[in-house]
Amino acid sequence: MHLLEGEGVTRHFGGLAAVSDVDFYVDQGEILGLIGPNGAGKTTLFNLISAALKPKPGKITFNGRDITPLPAYQICRLGIARTFQTVKIFPHVPVVRNVMVGALFGTGRRTSSAEARKKAEEALEFVDMLTLKNTVAGDLTLAQQKRLEVARALASDPKLLLLDELMAGLTKPEVTEALGDIAELRSRGITIIMIEHVMQAIMAASDRIIVLDYGKKIAEGTPAEVAANPKVIEVYLGEECDA
Amino acid sequence: MLVVFVVLALLPQYNHGYTVTLLTDILRYAILTLAWMIFSGPTNYMSLATAAFYGIGFYIAAIANGPVPFAVAIIIAGLVSFVVALLVGALTLRLRGVYFCIFTFALTLLIQNVVLEVERVVTHTRGRFVEAETTEVAYYAMFIVAIFTIAMAVLIRRSRYGLALQSIGEHEEAAAHSGINVVRTKVLVFAASAMPMAMAGAIIATQRTYIDPGIAFSLQSSFLPVLMALFGGMSNLVGPIIGAAVFTYIGELLLTEFPDLYMLIFGVVLILAILFMPNGIVGLAQTVWTKIRGSRRSAAEGGRRAPA
Amino acid sequence: MAAVRDIIITGLLLGGIFALVSVGLSLQYGVGRVLNVAHGEFIMIGAFVTFWLFSSINLNPIVSIVITAPLIFVIGWLLHATLFRRLMHNAPNLDVFEGQSMLAAFGLLYVAQNIARIIWGSQTYQVNYMNTTVTGAQIPLNRLVALAVVIVVGVAFYLFLARTRMGKAIRSSAQDPTTAGLMGVDINSVLAICFGLGLAMAGIAGSLISFVYPIQTSMGLQYTVIAMIVVVLGGLGSITGAMIGGVILGIVSQLVTHFQPTWTMIAYYVVFVVLLLARPKGIMGK
Repeated sequence: MHLLEGEGVTRHFGGLAAVSDVDFYVDQGEILGLIGPNGAGKTTLFNLISAALKPKPGKITFNGRDITPLPAYQICRLGIARTFQTVKIFPHVPVVRNVMVGALFGTGRRTSSAEARKKAEEALEFVDMLTLKNTVAGDLTLAQQKRLEVARALASDPKLLLLDELMAGLTKPEVTEALGDIAELRSRGITIIMIEHVMQAIMAASDRIIVLDYGKKIAEGTPAEVAANPKVIEVYLGEECDA
Repeated sequence: MLVVFVVLALLPQYNHGYTVTLLTDILRYAILTLAWMIFSGPTNYMSLATAAFYGIGFYIAAIANGPVPFAVAIIIAGLVSFVVALLVGALTLRLRGVYFCIFTFALTLLIQNVVLEVERVVTHTRGRFVEAETTEVAYYAMFIVAIFTIAMAVLIRRSRYGLALQSIGEHEEAAAHSGINVVRTKVLVFAASAMPMAMAGAIIATQRTYIDPGIAFSLQSSFLPVLMALFGGMSNLVGPIIGAAVFTYIGELLLTEFPDLYMLIFGVVLILAILFMPNGIVGLAQTVWTKIRGSRRSAAEGGRRAPA
Repeated sequence: MAAVRDIIITGLLLGGIFALVSVGLSLQYGVGRVLNVAHGEFIMIGAFVTFWLFSSINLNPIVSIVITAPLIFVIGWLLHATLFRRLMHNAPNLDVFEGQSMLAAFGLLYVAQNIARIIWGSQTYQVNYMNTTVTGAQIPLNRLVALAVVIVVGVAFYLFLARTRMGKAIRSSAQDPTTAGLMGVDINSVLAICFGLGLAMAGIAGSLISFVYPIQTSMGLQYTVIAMIVVVLGGLGSITGAMIGGVILGIVSQLVTHFQPTWTMIAYYVVFVVLLLARPKGIMGK
């Protein structure tokens, strides 16, 4: 049984298919990369998994359980945490309390305030932001806000982590550091699906990659297989020509 | 703080009539303002339904006070209001921003019109008489409800609900994806905050003898708490109480000095207050304080080094 | 059959008036972000100025629109240029501005209503103008005239929005204030003009109401609520939505009035609640 599995997942906006009949799965401990040109439906797929949107039609199961009808907060409590392409933090709240939200509400268990604070600090330690814990989140740099989102997601004890363009705008050394963090998360038993435009990074990190274009899955396989796939090459070369 | 409580608790023993009535009034607005702030403060959902719940209190008092003891009537008012707010909240809290605001505004008028119509059809009257209570009894009841409201505000603020509400106010989507049951949190707190509103209404009704839907569901009761909260400042719980006290007192003064022009002057004061003190008196005090400190500091440092 | 015809004609008239009022409110909120709870007070002012002109110098109420509309436009323009512009510049963000401007508008409601009450008291008045029924119909002639005026004003306003430079600036500001600024339009003057125009619409509606329905100094609030309902139904900031919503509510209102007049207000809310819950972004919303 796969950890997460989607069957025929579809979502239209107006007449446009943002995600169209996509089958996917991810196994326990795996790192799955999700790539494709802008507007290919990657973030929409994340929104469908995390129940920001409902698939119409389509079915998503997690640990064998149909999670399609569940609301977002329950998805989180079951163990699917996410970050956002455009950061969504609580700007007027101190960093540590931002993360405590994940620990207090996202784990699915009753957590005491002291326990939540301890967890929040551990998560902040992991993203190297413990020294900033009393800063108001809105004062952080954008890169720090992204790491804050990771910490908040981690504090909810996820089994599956959805990372949406974590490395966008990072410098080369920062990308290397982020890759190290992802490997560390995997060694803790956290499964990861990541959307990334930094190609070297996602090729290096992923066990398997799914390529989306215009909402459809056009390729799937190991990084090497995907890189050699003529359809994928066409999509990416085509995009470069446009740009 | 404790001294203030003791003084307020003993006051009617030494002082009668006008002062007690005025204090009851101040407490009433402090309750409405604090209760409004419990929900609308952290979530940024501007509710204009305060008058709806407050007015429900009036009608519960009219129906229940007499048949049951006053204290029971007050509690019933709180419970009925809780249930109504629960229903309203479940229906409407998926509306966001100004839609929610308009909806709550219309809700007050809807309930007013429904009550008016029910009275017309069922009792063939416009208003009702309320079993009166003495000013002292009303004062003590209001005092207890005020303590209840403050306790509720403090407890919610300090509990996990406080953080949940604030997260919802700052980023509702992120809150939901972090595991907060946004709908349940909003609806429950909205309903809880409606209780003291109705309790205050039930108490004030006993001081009016005659009530009708226009009196009970006056829109003033929806707007004044917002004004008082803004005026007092929303960052802590003391500000709104000060705001309520100042505004109620000014209102009383105007009402006795210029009964005909009262409403007009009230409108002008409201506009001027928002125009010139948008951050409230607490905000104003802070600004003045920083200015004084700033000028002192720069005067002290002026001799030593040039300002950066 | 006659009843159906009367309901439709009166419903259209009332709907037209609602549409004018609502388009006005929509201009103020959609473009200027001012949720003007005092909107209806300017209907009242329009109605009473018309009444005053009619009773003192016997001025034709339709002609008096030429006076009420510009007068109220200037009041609105001044209000925005002084009060709301200052609030907007001082507010740290849009949410705060919306809250503060609504409270200021609430203050305005008190000021306008109480000045009017001091001048005209709390009695009910009506301008007795063309109060004869047309042959074969139960509809007073004045309603048909008012309906014609509503249509003329509506078309004129539509042409203004569609054809003139200011109209285009207003439409683009409604969609995105920053783009309008980039287009080289002075956003402050657009906002003040929108506010003034919005109120002028209310004033015109007031002039028409004064000879069709009884008027009181306390009449404003009910129209404000109706306008809010219509604007929400139509989608905030959507001018077309406000027009359609206004007509729908007008016809609903006449239908209910025909069977049980005291239920009209309640019917508005029921329509409002049902539609708002079914389509939280309005009938024109996506």
